[in-house]
Amino acid sequence: MSIPADLGLPGLRSGTEGVPTLPEGAQPQTGKDFTSDQEVRWCPGCGDYAVLKAVQSFLPDLGLRRENIVFVSGIGCSSRFPYYLDTYGMHSIHGRAPSIATGIATAREDLSVWVVTGDGDALSIGGNHLIHALRRNVNMTILLFNNRIYGLTKGQYSPTSETGKITKSTPMGSLDHPFNPVSLALGAEASFVARTIDSDRKHLTSVLAAAAAHRGTSLVEIYQNCPIFNDGAFDAIKSPDTKADAIIPLVHGQPVTFGAEGAKALVRDEQTGGVKVVATADVAAADILVHDAHNEDPTVAFGISRLTDSGYLNTSPIGIFRQVERPTYDDQAREQVAAATPDASGNDDTADRAARLAALIGGGDTWTII
Amino acid sequence: MTQPAKQVKQLDRVIIRFAGDSGDGMQLTGDRFTQETAAFGNDLVTLPNFPAEIRAPQGTLPGVSSFQVHFADHDILTAGDAPDVLVAMNPAALRANLGDLHKGATIIVDTHDFTARNLTKAGYTENPLDNDTLAEYALHTVDLTGMTVEAVKEFGLSRKDASRAKNMFALGLLSWMYGRPTEPTTSFLAKRFAKVPDIRDANVTAFKAGWNFGETTEAFAVQYEIKPAVMPPGTYRNITGNLALAYGLVAGGVQSGLPVFLGTYPITPASDILHELSKHKSFGVTTFQAEDEIAGVGAAIGASYAGHLGVTSTSGPGVALKSEAIGLAVMTELPLVVIDVQRGGPSTGLPTKTEQADLLQAMFGRNGEAPVPIVAPQSPGDCFAAAVEATRIAVTYRTPVLLLSDGYLANGSEPWRVPTVDELPVIDPAFATEKNHGSGEEAEFWPYLRDDETLARPWAIPGTPGLEHRIGGLEKGDGHGNISYDPANHDFMVRTRQAKVDRIADSIPLVEVDDPSGEAKVLVLGWGSTYGPIGAGVRRVRKAGYHVAQAHLRHLNPFPSNLGEVLKGYDKVLVPEMNLGQLSLLLRAKYLVDAVGYNHVRGLPLKATELAHAIGELVGQAEGIDIDLGVWGEPTQKEHI
Repeated sequence: MSIPADLGLPGLRSGTEGVPTLPEGAQPQTGKDFTSDQEVRWCPGCGDYAVLKAVQSFLPDLGLRRENIVFVSGIGCSSRFPYYLDTYGMHSIHGRAPSIATGIATAREDLSVWVVTGDGDALSIGGNHLIHALRRNVNMTILLFNNRIYGLTKGQYSPTSETGKITKSTPMGSLDHPFNPVSLALGAEASFVARTIDSDRKHLTSVLAAAAAHRGTSLVEIYQNCPIFNDGAFDAIKSPDTKADAIIPLVHGQPVTFGAEGAKALVRDEQTGGVKVVATADVAAADILVHDAHNEDPTVAFGISRLTDSGYLNTSPIGIFRQVERPTYDDQAREQVAAATPDASGNDDTADRAARLAALIGGGDTWTII
Repeated sequence: MTQPAKQVKQLDRVIIRFAGDSGDGMQLTGDRFTQETAAFGNDLVTLPNFPAEIRAPQGTLPGVSSFQVHFADHDILTAGDAPDVLVAMNPAALRANLGDLHKGATIIVDTHDFTARNLTKAGYTENPLDNDTLAEYALHTVDLTGMTVEAVKEFGLSRKDASRAKNMFALGLLSWMYGRPTEPTTSFLAKRFAKVPDIRDANVTAFKAGWNFGETTEAFAVQYEIKPAVMPPGTYRNITGNLALAYGLVAGGVQSGLPVFLGTYPITPASDILHELSKHKSFGVTTFQAEDEIAGVGAAIGASYAGHLGVTSTSGPGVALKSEAIGLAVMTELPLVVIDVQRGGPSTGLPTKTEQADLLQAMFGRNGEAPVPIVAPQSPGDCFAAAVEATRIAVTYRTPVLLLSDGYLANGSEPWRVPTVDELPVIDPAFATEKNHGSGEEAEFWPYLRDDETLARPWAIPGTPGLEHRIGGLEKGDGHGNISYDPANHDFMVRTRQAKVDRIADSIPLVEVDDPSGEAKVLVLGWGSTYGPIGAGVRRVRKAGYHVAQAHLRHLNPFPSNLGEVLKGYDKVLVPEMNLGQLSLLLRAKYLVDAVGYNHVRGLPLKATELAHAIGELVGQAEGIDIDLGVWGEPTQKEHI
């Protein structure tokens, strides 16, 4: 068997191509169709409610058959998510959702696969699976709920908590330097990396749409408030008084400016090779960074991601950092199998398979005793 | 023939061990000799033995690699306790293996490598070829390397490349000595080195030169003949355990109609299963080399959820890492085949050596009450049937199944009667397609409503309209499968999962006891790769005139339903294992039987002769008699056994 020379560029296809859609003229779905009969059990005021509502109202927009959607989660508050959606779903074990989703997505082209995870689940215990899913570019969308704290285990610091965090397990302050999930994902050469906010339904929904449309692993970091153990972690970017200065909005093809009346702007920093914030008035308009999410080179996207505060969050770029086309692992794995299968449709009949099995096990050097 | 015909001596069986540096090609040499022997029609059993290091320091004891092949004109069960012939390519190979030989054994050494430097590396202060160290053996000193270099000089290879063909010279010599057919090796070499004609021709020439040397030299006066063995009718091939296991998984996929999905991470001695399965995409097999052991099993569970046959292959350390995920498969009741090719432990242990010390890990190595069925193959070829059986149980009962192979089965080989596809079971995945609870508008799909007979739950795969449901690691409510913290429900579900695994006993054969006289008071019970040594040990005891019964377990969880009765029928039960008594512990716990252990953890198969003595001792106790095994207690006993 030879591997076909033309593997195509599956990345050019939509993330949901191959997934059956509703028949022509079918009753349009609503958020209710995606709501399961299970009582939602998050704490009052939890940011997870907003994300759940947003996802339930967004899913009908995809026009996919409900039975062809699978949500997989790990362990943590956010990982209860699949129970509340009336799709197929698995609430698995801590940190392993990306690996389980990799099996599902590779086995079946006709499924739209989603992973729901948190900062502890994805970046601590499951860090290995996350980076490898991203580098393989398996067709799935990972929603990483980042509340910068461990909620389900009642309030220990997480791998995204700011250094010095006082928690039950760190009464004198945490010592770990936090991960920046977007920087991490870009370092793993993720093909789609975005950041959005639980309370901004409109932005969240548009990011979900772009992520679902992307073929490959889409990582969406969602800033999510935990009112019990880390309340106010994102106040700076949520408060009407401060958000203009706190949010660096990323829109593909647009110069990046923010602050009151666009007083601040991003430019390339020639000294470091990175990206820095300047007063818009101090630079020529042509020098202001125009956001290019489709840039094959992740350097600038990484530079932008470094403008996220690692301590208390006073500033953070929000939007789609990177979206590039790259062949997906699962498409190529299926293509290899299809190329090796005698009937390219993969539908060789049972009798033929039995004959080929007999030939396989009876192959090699054999001898017959009568 | 221009040469005077040499004396031909009949033998009924021979054990040859090829030993050299790990870079000397001893595994290939042994494998080729085995293929020739299989083609000739002898019964055979092989025992490869090699270091974990890919190229351990040259010429040293840790760097010695060996391949033992036992072949006979009758049915044999083990690779043999003591070699009759040792081929030693350097001093270290001689020193490392000499202790295993019986007096009078033949030793062929390559004198070329018996240099002062190599002798020192092997720990010899004096050259053993020059003193009386080897006086009690039939020693043949041959300059294998020198003659090889001479024979292949026409190809203009460097001295290094030329000398590398010395293993083929040795193979040619041994092939002559035992009248092996040469065609399989010459055509193998032609294929293997098709792209490098010089190397191909040098190897073929060295092989033929070795043969001719045997035929012409006066140093080897006798040629031996071992007639083909009488075996049941059928088509045979020589097969290793890992290859048979991979074929069994392909067959499991074909027989269940499910695409096989292997999620795995490379680990000795299981990696060959990944290598082999990756060649069989034409059967719809997907192989996924994951980032770690956990991702391997995770992806397999995902694939099973999506309606494929999820498989993960590993060794003991990998099972430890996969434990939590196997528990998830227990809870979600999804089919999953977990292959553990056991090796010496604990921790990294002895990666290239065999052991069967993962039985209790397979049985209990998870949090909570997490019963998992266990099957074990008993010989290399039997790995095929064991893999099909593991698939049948996993799919039928919606459960993870542990298949316990081991390093000896994985790399060892034997002639295997190739089954016809008709002989294989048909496995019905019986996917759920309809709602199963309530009716009309109220109808629902309940993922934990069970089959009355098997207690298996319905397997509804994504893409099936109307059966959308959520499963996970949290405790399930009986029937509807929603999260339940109800105390009575948890108690019920724990017992139900156990009952489901126990019910598998209804679908497996009763354990068969081999007790030809019907008068035995001692039963020898084993599992896994000890089948060969136990069988050979039992034969010795019977040949010496004593009664002993033998039984071997394919299923370790659940046990066959008649096992308790069988055990009660004997005064004493001996359980030989390559661990410190793990099956013994299970038998004692379940049946209150006073199982006597026979336990070795040397990284090598049990020795039939030693086992015969242990059996004999127990027979003596049970019958109140003195036991004398006579010649049957000697490893060198050469009659039919």
